Amino acid sequence: MASSIPTQRGDLIVCPQCDAVYTLRRPGHGEKAVCKRCHIVLITPRRKAGMQIIAVSVAIVVLIIAATVFPFLKISAVGAHNSVSILDAALAFSDGPLILLSLTTAALIVFIPLARVLLSLYVLVPLVLDRPPARGAKAAFRLAEALRPWSMAEIFAIGCAVALVKISDLADVQFGPAFWMFGILVVLVVVQDRFYCRWSVWNALDR
Amino acid sequence: MGVIGCRRCTAVWPLGTSLCGRCGKPLHQRDHKSLQRVWALLAMGLLCYVPANMYPMLRTRTLLSVQEDTIVGGAIELAHHGAWGIAFIILLASVAIPLGKFLAIAFLAISVTRPSVVSNSRRQLLYEVVEYIGRWSMIDIFVVAILSSLVQLNTLAAITPGRASLFFALSVIFTMLSAQAFDSRMIWDAQTRNKDTTQP
Repeated sequence: MASSIPTQRGDLIVCPQCDAVYTLRRPGHGEKAVCKRCHIVLITPRRKAGMQIIAVSVAIVVLIIAATVFPFLKISAVGAHNSVSILDAALAFSDGPLILLSLTTAALIVFIPLARVLLSLYVLVPLVLDRPPARGAKAAFRLAEALRPWSMAEIFAIGCAVALVKISDLADVQFGPAFWMFGILVVLVVVQDRFYCRWSVWNALDR
Repeated sequence: MGVIGCRRCTAVWPLGTSLCGRCGKPLHQRDHKSLQRVWALLAMGLLCYVPANMYPMLRTRTLLSVQEDTIVGGAIELAHHGAWGIAFIILLASVAIPLGKFLAIAFLAISVTRPSVVSNSRRQLLYEVVEYIGRWSMIDIFVVAILSSLVQLNTLAAITPGRASLFFALSVIFTMLSAQAFDSRMIWDAQTRNKDTTQP
């Protein structure tokens, strides 16, 4: 079995979630192929999705960098002030073994989202321009997909809201410019994820 | 059917292929060893969850006092001050949901080894919910991070994170890994065995 190179059955598709096998029929633009058994979306191609994802990705990169540098929240109570950026928040766990947690937090809210966007730009730009895939594009896309559950920018944004409620009666809290950038960022991350059709990308990388 | 599907890129290969030729993922007919990974990671998650509740999560220093709060202690404190809503949310997010996740993953892992009374689609839904919610538990850690970087008002008040935060984060990460290790295709095997039908 191992001696001969196996040929891919391009006429079939297997649901990755429940293993149901279907004959492949490509849905048209705007349509969806959904697994009949477990109802996950298998294929969802969109017209110009590639270009839209690239546009959104560039916006996300700019916003992440800007949101990390500018002050995020400002607090003032009876004459004392403090303002923090996102990196300050991530690096709050700075004493002893908690430094590990600092690094993890920084990765989860800044570096992993950034890495995912850069990787998908690397993969998608040549595809959209009808060029052959970039070198190592498959590995890049694999990594981007593996990082998906660990990209937690939107969770951090909701965390801000919770933290604000907790201290709003203790002190006066103001939003810095980075807070609004981060708000937009969260919406863009969700939008980008909706445009993505993973099957189409893998299919395009295979040529 | 005599074929095997890649779980990452959904390419289909003849049975016996060991590596996906498209994305390079190792192909398994069924990943039965995955259950051992699920249980091991779940145990680690549970183990970390105990100190996460024993140690203080936040250390609040004000002009008058220094106070250390565990997760549950902090919620009770808030309830005493009349903030029932927030206390309820904290208990839900940091106690009920983590415990629910442990139970749900354990239930799923047991249910694929014996006939289950819960229908396949229900269990699939449960799995998707657990996978979706898993990441959101990190919100506690982020709240602690925001609070302790923001509330640094010299002598007036300061909040510093406690040791529990590290264990809580580890617990969340292990639980996420445990849910990811679960091979959801096994949920659907029982049905195929009973009816012995192949899909179109």
